[in-house]
Amino acid sequence: MFKRGLKKALALTLALTFALTGCAQSGGTTQGKPSNEVVATENNEKNVKAGFIFMGPVADGGWSQSHNEGRLAAEAALGIETLYKESVPETQEVEKVARDMIDQGCNVIFAASFGYMDYIEKLAKEFPEVTFFHCSGYKTAENMSNYFGKIEDARYLSGLVAGLQTKTNQIGYVAAMPLPEVVRGINAFALGVKAVNPEATVKVSWTNAWYDPAKEKEAGSALIDGGCDVLAQHQNAAGAQQAAEEKGVWSIGYHADMSAVAPNANLTSAVWNWGPYYIEAIQSVMDGTYTAESYWEGIEAGVVDVSPLTANASAEAKEVVDAAKAQMLEGTLKAFQGPIVDQAGNERVAEGSELSDEEQLSCDWFVDNVIGEINQ
Amino acid sequence: MQIRVTKASNPSNKKKVFCTLVAIGLAMIITSVIIAVMGHNPLNVYYSMLEGCLGTSHRIKQTIITAIPLVVTAVGIGIAFRMKFWNIGAEGQILMGGCFATFVALYFKNLPAIVLLPTMILLSAIGGSIWALIPAILKAKFNTNETIVTLMMNYIALKWVVFLQYGPWKDPNAMGFPKIANFTDNAILPKLFGVHIGWIIALILVVVIYYFINHTKIGYEIQVLGESENTAKYAGMNVRKIILIAMMMSGAICGLTGMIQASAVNNTLTMDLTAGVGYTAIIIAWLSNLKTPWMVVVSILFAILTQGASYIQTVYQIPQAAAEVIQGIILFCILGSQFFINYKVHVKEVA
Repeated sequence: MFKRGLKKALALTLALTFALTGCAQSGGTTQGKPSNEVVATENNEKNVKAGFIFMGPVADGGWSQSHNEGRLAAEAALGIETLYKESVPETQEVEKVARDMIDQGCNVIFAASFGYMDYIEKLAKEFPEVTFFHCSGYKTAENMSNYFGKIEDARYLSGLVAGLQTKTNQIGYVAAMPLPEVVRGINAFALGVKAVNPEATVKVSWTNAWYDPAKEKEAGSALIDGGCDVLAQHQNAAGAQQAAEEKGVWSIGYHADMSAVAPNANLTSAVWNWGPYYIEAIQSVMDGTYTAESYWEGIEAGVVDVSPLTANASAEAKEVVDAAKAQMLEGTLKAFQGPIVDQAGNERVAEGSELSDEEQLSCDWFVDNVIGEINQ
Repeated sequence: MQIRVTKASNPSNKKKVFCTLVAIGLAMIITSVIIAVMGHNPLNVYYSMLEGCLGTSHRIKQTIITAIPLVVTAVGIGIAFRMKFWNIGAEGQILMGGCFATFVALYFKNLPAIVLLPTMILLSAIGGSIWALIPAILKAKFNTNETIVTLMMNYIALKWVVFLQYGPWKDPNAMGFPKIANFTDNAILPKLFGVHIGWIIALILVVVIYYFINHTKIGYEIQVLGESENTAKYAGMNVRKIILIAMMMSGAICGLTGMIQASAVNNTLTMDLTAGVGYTAIIIAWLSNLKTPWMVVVSILFAILTQGASYIQTVYQIPQAAAEVIQGIILFCILGSQFFINYKVHVKEVA
């Protein structure tokens, strides 16, 4: 009896499978069967198929999402085929993913996380015909560029907002790892705070993870419990925003406009806009004008910005930010202009000068209104 | 209606094949629905999965590379499982094996490869077996529950590696980024036919362990102990000694997986070293009925599934989570069919 039932089940299985495949076919999927060939374009441009490797899910509401939006912008603007792979850890896995993409016909690879650097460098040697772009690192090769934006500009502006908003004069900062990239972001933010509120301090809490929503939220909650009433963050997810929303304090987002995640807490976000860079970079490969470079531009290039201030921020903050942003665009205001004093009280940058790019890239000290340690 | 479940005494091969086919069919229906809902043609997606793992020589190599740690670990776990000692601790044993091998690779990097690699292999086996011996001793002396102890040992090993990665072994040249320095070239397993020689190690192990289980005295004792501890005791076997030897071997082989992965695949030790291999291998050992040669076949099927799921993700831009759901459903159905193979379901109408 049972056996006969199974036979029926098997027959039904096959019938259903075929029915479903039929449905999907007649439904007319636009995807069709994927091809490994790069679609030919009408002119003499080199055919490009670009593979993007992301650290987190493309719907992380932060870092990976901002890059994926850039990918989609490039796809739309240039009509090229792109692939992406999300949630790729900063291990040998990235090398495997990139190899798979090259095997699938990609001749341009964008790797959007710091920890991918050494693997990408190795692949660049092995695949001279492929052009590699690595985000947020410092290595280049003939066919490998690195690219990043001076998010410090946006950090400084968002620091102004935080400095004006805080009542307790304690601002929390949930940060991933003590890398120069993160440290200088904290410094720029703290300098913004200091410019409008010399009394306020910025307290740093390390999570040691780029993407860990639960840990980020936990660290944010602990900072709030310790007296902070504004939270900023250098994380790939929006855990700190959620902590601020739940505990009824304010927050400043990073990567993408995070106001939707924390509608009652969010003041503004320091955001990326990768589309223009991705279009320019891929275009250069198509034209054959590509040369390896270290792309590192700021607010004037449009690659970074602050999202519009929400209703949670004061009208005064909006005026201050608009004025400062206008000065930055004119070039009369820099995030790292002197005088800058470190935690130990040493003057790092004198009045009238600014921190050089090299010093920014290797930054391993905090400005004086930051509470926290780099070598934990 | 009354439903009664009894253990099937000796399931026929016909029934096994039949149940497995039904399971595969069922898995295909469910995944077809999901794929169709996502707007893709299921047949195309299935075809792409095969294309993604066998379509080019590069992909075949990747599939083999994925299968290697599964084979080695399943063989290792299999020894303990034969004895009905539930070694859930392969993850931890892999990490400790990798950790010991990394110690050699980092501190003796000037040795030539011919000395360095065998030393790493030896140390990784020692590392893995130490980690397996702790629960084995606890079991033999105090009759503790080995499932819990081996599982907990996994977390200790993981935290230990995290500590090393963020602390004493952090690469000073990585500008604060928490990673252990990459191995030098002499600490990396060489390749043969485009795939690191882990595949040779795996095949040798399969043969050796097959022989060990089926044609040696201690292998026989392990099997008897697995069937019935009382029988083993009546026959005058030293149960404690058998437990210790079997677990030591089990852990040593799992530890070896750690060396292979750290050296050939990751080129360093990371907290992601295992990538869940220790748990997947448990399923593989089971599906292979603990038969060593079958572990190779099942591991390759698993690798095909993993590789194929990864490929459709990039080709159809299916979210990673959805690709994993598809993988999970296939696995769920096949594991579920094991129930119907090993048990009989009786349905009786009650008046």
